[in-house]
Amino acid sequence: MDADLFLTWVRGTGLNISIGIFLLGMLWRLFEIYSLGRKPDLAVPRHRAGASGLHTLFRRSVPPPGMFKRSPVSYVAGYVFHIGLFIIVFLFAQHIKLIQELTGLSWPALPAQFIDATAVVTLATMLLVLAERINKPVKRFLSTFGDYAGWALTFLPVLTGYLANRHLLLAYTAMLALHILSVELLLIFLPFTKLMHAFTLWGSRWYNGDVNGRKGVPT
Amino acid sequence: MSASLDKGISVLKEMIDAPIASYFSSCVHCGLCAEACLFYTETGDPKYTPIYKLEPLRRVYKQEYTLLGRLGKMLGLFKPVTDEELEEWKPLVYDSCTLCGRCSLVCPVGNDIVYMVRKLREGMAVSGHAPEGLIGASKRAVEIGSPMGVKLPAVKAQMKHVQQDTGIEIPLDVVGAEYMVLMSSMEIINFPEYLGAIARIMKQAGKSWTLCSEAFEATNSGIQIGVSDIAATLVQRIVDGAEKLKVKTVISPECGHAYTALRWEGPNLVGRAYSFEVLHILEVLDGFRNEGLLKTTGFEDELLTFHDPCQLVRRGGVLEQPRTLLKMVAKNYVEMSDPGKMNWCCGGGGGVSAIEEAEALRLTAFKVKKTQLEETGAKTLVTACANCRIVLEEGLEHYKMDIPVVGLTETIAKHLVEGASDEHQQR
Amino acid sequence: MTDHETLNRETPALEIAGQKTLGDSLVQQGISRRGFLKFCTAMASLMALPPGTASAIAEALIKAKRPSVIWLSFQECTGCTESLTRSYSPTLENMIFNMISLDYHHTLQAASGYGAEKSREDAMKNFYGKYLLVVDGSIPTHDGGVYSTIAGRTNLDLLQDVAKGAAAIIAVGTCSSFGGIPNANPNPTGAVAVSDIIKDKPIVNISGCPPIPAVITGVLAHYLTFGALPELDDLGRPKSFYGQTIHDRCYRRPFYDQGKFAKTFDDEGARNGWCLFELGCKGPTTHNACATTKWNGGTSFPIESGHGCLGCSEPHFWDAGSFYSALSMPASPLKLTTGAAVVGAAAGVAVSIANRVKKNAAKSAHEKATIADLEK
Repeated sequence: MDADLFLTWVRGTGLNISIGIFLLGMLWRLFEIYSLGRKPDLAVPRHRAGASGLHTLFRRSVPPPGMFKRSPVSYVAGYVFHIGLFIIVFLFAQHIKLIQELTGLSWPALPAQFIDATAVVTLATMLLVLAERINKPVKRFLSTFGDYAGWALTFLPVLTGYLANRHLLLAYTAMLALHILSVELLLIFLPFTKLMHAFTLWGSRWYNGDVNGRKGVPT
Repeated sequence: MSASLDKGISVLKEMIDAPIASYFSSCVHCGLCAEACLFYTETGDPKYTPIYKLEPLRRVYKQEYTLLGRLGKMLGLFKPVTDEELEEWKPLVYDSCTLCGRCSLVCPVGNDIVYMVRKLREGMAVSGHAPEGLIGASKRAVEIGSPMGVKLPAVKAQMKHVQQDTGIEIPLDVVGAEYMVLMSSMEIINFPEYLGAIARIMKQAGKSWTLCSEAFEATNSGIQIGVSDIAATLVQRIVDGAEKLKVKTVISPECGHAYTALRWEGPNLVGRAYSFEVLHILEVLDGFRNEGLLKTTGFEDELLTFHDPCQLVRRGGVLEQPRTLLKMVAKNYVEMSDPGKMNWCCGGGGGVSAIEEAEALRLTAFKVKKTQLEETGAKTLVTACANCRIVLEEGLEHYKMDIPVVGLTETIAKHLVEGASDEHQQR
Repeated sequence: MTDHETLNRETPALEIAGQKTLGDSLVQQGISRRGFLKFCTAMASLMALPPGTASAIAEALIKAKRPSVIWLSFQECTGCTESLTRSYSPTLENMIFNMISLDYHHTLQAASGYGAEKSREDAMKNFYGKYLLVVDGSIPTHDGGVYSTIAGRTNLDLLQDVAKGAAAIIAVGTCSSFGGIPNANPNPTGAVAVSDIIKDKPIVNISGCPPIPAVITGVLAHYLTFGALPELDDLGRPKSFYGQTIHDRCYRRPFYDQGKFAKTFDDEGARNGWCLFELGCKGPTTHNACATTKWNGGTSFPIESGHGCLGCSEPHFWDAGSFYSALSMPASPLKLTTGAAVVGAAAGVAVSIANRVKKNAAKSAHEKATIADLEK
């Protein structure tokens, strides 16, 4: 199959299938997880301002006192690559166009050179994150195939997107097709891997903050 | 002797709920929970990573409650959880976890790991994989009335002791008293000063109170071993006693898990809200202070620091009262590192201090507390949990540190202005 | 060698039946030596050949015998011929007709009917193995190829016959190179490219809808000079013209690199000449020389005139999604979303119910735990 046909396929059928599987998987998994419900709490709650599920949704993004120095790389690298991913995905004009086509929403983009620089920083940081996972005893001990696969599924779109935009490695048509394909793979596997945390962490933080908040402990 | 793997798995199936499903789906294996757990930080052994302690629960969740997991199990791709596995996990779930909850506070995706450990213990226990020490404690709690085997006569003996010391009559089974006071076995046996302190404080405040002959024990071994049915039996005793005596408030003593058990888990265990209030003794004292009913004089001389009991502060929500009260009687006060809700566990909660085979590990984990103390240079360590007291004392002795450990209530009582408001002297 | 007379003296007129040299033809047309050399230099430059090649081209072309060219027009719109013949003054495009002997061409020939067909048959017989076959338009194959016939013969049949004696085939336009518009979904005539049918002859694909005329000239000049077709890319297109994308040579590229895009036609960005990516420009994936060689004697090209590139020199460009959909947008509307969502929700609900049942069963099976239950 030549590069042009492949590109048209990933932009057409491929996108159709992968978004379909993504939606299917997401709905299935979210139902599967949250329909288990939880028993109501019969204890009398303590009301303290600033202690609730909602608060924890946001506040859990801040390292708790004393934790930063115990693993600064986890926090700094974690922040950098997540923010980098956000900037690349949502503030690159070409991506905003796609989102506009799919949802009707759009917003101003950041200059392309900025996104370019962000991509480089994100790639470097993700490599650092991988090195940490391999080298640090606890991370290495906990890591499974799913962790490395999740890393690759996230790394490849950034890498191929950067290479395509910069006209590196392969001819643009093929590189762009690979980039779109890598995103499609990410979409397909997301609901069934730890990448699901992008959606479930809100529920988790909320439950955590709620349980603690009812005791009056802000977290 | 009817523990079985099937029972254990069945109980785990009952335990798994949306929060647990959400937590397992969110974990990204970042390992930050290990950095918050004293059993990892002081040993450097990754197997003590909190989320790893939950492996059997995660596998049960996956194989029972996810479509892909069920398919995998059916096709033989995923092996079911076995007795060997649970036995292997016993020291991880019990010996190396005090239910201190620090991990739950730091997980970036919001996982409440201690919540899950508590639930995993339900399955571990009824499948016969709970430590001997905790089984014994629970047996004594259910059959005798206290995990340390303390019976009513022993309590009465202490009452008499305290009466003689303070000159105040200790009320027993007084219907219509405002407060019902509970005690932990540890206090009855090791720290009788507590009862005396209560008596004097109540006298000064002019409040009516009573002990309950059918429910004097606050400690809940059911929570520690992780069997809700047993925990419910123990809570029910207190509920029955409190309702029979028609008290307004039940006071949980200086014992960590007692407070968690009664105040937070209790209503859910017995299946209904209480008709009385539950307060920790420090909450009561702080209330008195607010109303001007707690009058003290003088200050402690030595440099003091405070150890925050996990179940009281981080897990109980009694955040400010310890320091508010301590500052009434201490001017020479220094804060440890990571004070308040981020403080480090003494290492003996969650039943760990009752597990003989966990002693060596516990003492290794104590190094974090030792370091905290050394950094403060404090000469006295104040805390508000009898179990913490014993564990801290043992730890300090092991590391040859000569620092006395005292309870907060008794320290307050030491500085009470005697005869301030009460006319009824009974000498 | 600078003037008309010199040219005349040094190139003996050769009269072989039907075959003059290129030089003869130039003399006949009154083209000056200087004009001719200018043409050769331009050719060398277009083909990205080294500077010295200009004189080599000149020498070769003067002596070159004008090859016979048979031009077959199949399922086409005649746009390629139109593009080629568009001229307002003697131009490069025009020079083609000095370089070849066009023995058969539907639009340009004077003859018609059986007379025209006889010209073709004669050329095929006289120059068998040496004539060049130029094809524009796609070849229908469904139902025996009846959808396009000439003189009662299907295009398919004609192509196979004429190709037999051709030295090389030049497919002019995207239709003959890749199937073009007739080949677009659902392709009712079964239209295919020349290269889908002829497998045993060298084929040059000069794609484009239409192609840039100078490209055709360049390929022919190369053939006459070097006796071989120029270097081709993996789609059979001459690398010197199709080796780069429009994007790579586009004068608006700095705006792409900065992220400055026109959002609608005639908005401020458009009027500022910003990049047309968001308006569907396929420049990045299209190989052609439009951005450098341009059209109409170097006047302009689509992007310069404010419209995005359609990608017309690429295979299947008509099926690659809307011309106004940017490359980062879907090429076709998403059809599976509602269905997938429904199936996903259904699966989720089904699992939820199964979970409920299992949990309730476990709850019912709950035996109140006693101390005895703690030990095996």
